[in-house]
Amino acid sequence: MSTAAPARLPALHDVSTMTYREALRLALREELARDPHVFVMGEEVGVFDGAYKVTQGLLEEFGADRVRDTPISEEGFVGAGVGAAMLGERPVVEIMTLNFLLVAMDQVINHAAKIGAMFGGEVRCPMVIRTPNGAGNQLTAQHSQSFDGWFAGTPGLKVLAPATPADAKGLLKAAIRDDDPVLVIENLQIYKEHGEVPLDPDYVTPIGLAAIAREGADVTLVSHGFATVRALHVAERLAERHGVSAEVVDLRSLRPLDVETVAASVAKTGRAVCVEEGWPTYGVSAELAARIQRACFDDLDAPVERVGMAEVPLPYAKGLETAAMPGEDRIEAAVLATLGLAR
Amino acid sequence: MAIATATLRGLYEQMLLIRVFETEAERQYKAARIGGYCHISSGQEAATVGATHALDAEDLLVTGYRCHGFALARGVPPEAVMAELFGRVDGCAHGRGGSMHLLDASVGYYGGWGIVAGQLPIATGLALGLVRQERAQAVLCELGDGAVNMGAWHESLNLASVWRLPVVFLVMNNEYGMGTSVERASAVTELYRRASAYDLPAERVDGDDLLAVAQAAATLLEAARDERQASVLELVTYRHRGHSVADAGLAYRSRGEIDEHLQHDPIFRVRELLVQEGVSDGELDRMLERAQERVAVAVEVATASPAPALDTLARGMYCHGSAAQFARMLPGAPFGERELVFAGGLGE
Repeated sequence: MSTAAPARLPALHDVSTMTYREALRLALREELARDPHVFVMGEEVGVFDGAYKVTQGLLEEFGADRVRDTPISEEGFVGAGVGAAMLGERPVVEIMTLNFLLVAMDQVINHAAKIGAMFGGEVRCPMVIRTPNGAGNQLTAQHSQSFDGWFAGTPGLKVLAPATPADAKGLLKAAIRDDDPVLVIENLQIYKEHGEVPLDPDYVTPIGLAAIAREGADVTLVSHGFATVRALHVAERLAERHGVSAEVVDLRSLRPLDVETVAASVAKTGRAVCVEEGWPTYGVSAELAARIQRACFDDLDAPVERVGMAEVPLPYAKGLETAAMPGEDRIEAAVLATLGLAR
Repeated sequence: MAIATATLRGLYEQMLLIRVFETEAERQYKAARIGGYCHISSGQEAATVGATHALDAEDLLVTGYRCHGFALARGVPPEAVMAELFGRVDGCAHGRGGSMHLLDASVGYYGGWGIVAGQLPIATGLALGLVRQERAQAVLCELGDGAVNMGAWHESLNLASVWRLPVVFLVMNNEYGMGTSVERASAVTELYRRASAYDLPAERVDGDDLLAVAQAAATLLEAARDERQASVLELVTYRHRGHSVADAGLAYRSRGEIDEHLQHDPIFRVRELLVQEGVSDGELDRMLERAQERVAVAVEVATASPAPALDTLARGMYCHGSAAQFARMLPGAPFGERELVFAGGLGE
């Protein structure tokens, strides 16, 4: 028997450090190569290389039929995605930002989300819509919103919100392979975040499974998307400045929602602070608070706290915008208040 | 249009079936065996049957919510349609869709949609799917006169034109969008002329003239199949009944106007053609009897079909395999969710 170390498996299990944006592009490239039914369409996804460069290079690699530029016509091309999906195609529709999905809301909520149930399961709609939410670039009231909860509150849709480059790849691939309409919510600030991404073309993040992004004992921060990036920074600060051990649960999936992982964490820490990029009223954090109090009533040592966007249309002036956002100072203050350590 | 007498008889029988079926549906609605909205298309049978006849077996059909006639003309069994109206498991959508959301993918009928003009983007997408799958077929997309004032109409015609998609938009102009006349709603009342804004060919035809409808639809569908040429076909027709069963249909039009249209019933017009072709009164009567028998059977089957079991409430909502994805959502769920939604299985 040879004592030599086994030959290394081919690149399958390798990882590479890349940006969230590059991880999305890798997922698209792999899925376009894997399945001829997959095609990408949206405004400026082709010739322009993507408004935020997620689709850069894909037109050259896959051609104009697979990477289809659309007119500025969201209701039209989101609905075209719905119809193509009903015929067995797998459209991945890019909406330049979540704000613009509002003009296609009828196709998303009244049509895509209804197909499975309303037609008795006789047809399916395996389409993906991917789009960034978020504020922070002085884009002002009409371009700085996060409506994640509106969609996640709609039966018939699945809603995913990756927070890391690895999950950007894994969840987008899971969405493309899923037979239901899936909304993948990205974030403008998060595109430039770096992280390790598995290069295995079959690396897929399961839908409906949250991740413990950081282990801790004193308090649970529950977040998704860019709020998870913020929460992880805050957790480091809490450890350094206050000796607080914060656990961060990264939801990854908003519908289905992994309350089991959240509840297990809160049962351990006794405290929960829910953080989101959007307005908290009727938002994701409102839903979390309701479910946590129900699932963890006996475990809670403090009321569930929430941090989100200040409830105003986002202003232009930099100072006002920054003040409105769920920044690290506000999250830290909320955690300290929950722990009775308010400054 | 040259059309064989046998074919014409078949189309006449379809028109009779639709009229008898919908007359019965209205009766059953008033007997509280059908609920929700119920939009009757009586008076529009020539437009419905003529246009649907022009479809190839592999072509696709999409409609708005006034869809009983289209479903029947496309070959959805009357039993499956009536059972759907009754909300029973043997309905074509297993009791989940009702009157507005009929569908049968096996005959290329992709619904049955309830939001005015919402089906247009979907029809363009089906046409895009056909192109991507290299199938030389066409989509026929029915809409009402009210739909042409929606944004989805403009976006869909534009996309169909710039992407060269094989879709024929069939405007059923029955003169009223609910209770608002075309004159009160539309700046351009010859609705087909709007296609010119998207450089699409368009035609306006007497929708109560079965042969003219079939001819026009056949020509446009052929151009869609062969040249990926989208188009608009406006059929001018009239609905005898109200907007829905709940509408007497008299608040916005006169009894006299309705009576005038009843005298030119499209079914009588086809009957005249058949008489000219030498079909006897006895044969014509037997055709009516057959339609009545088929509808009676449909009612029987629908009545006998069970209501959906309550533990199938979430059936179809999500794809197979979704139960595992949702399994971790139970802690803290709203009251009753576990029993109502999860117990019967998601995605089965």
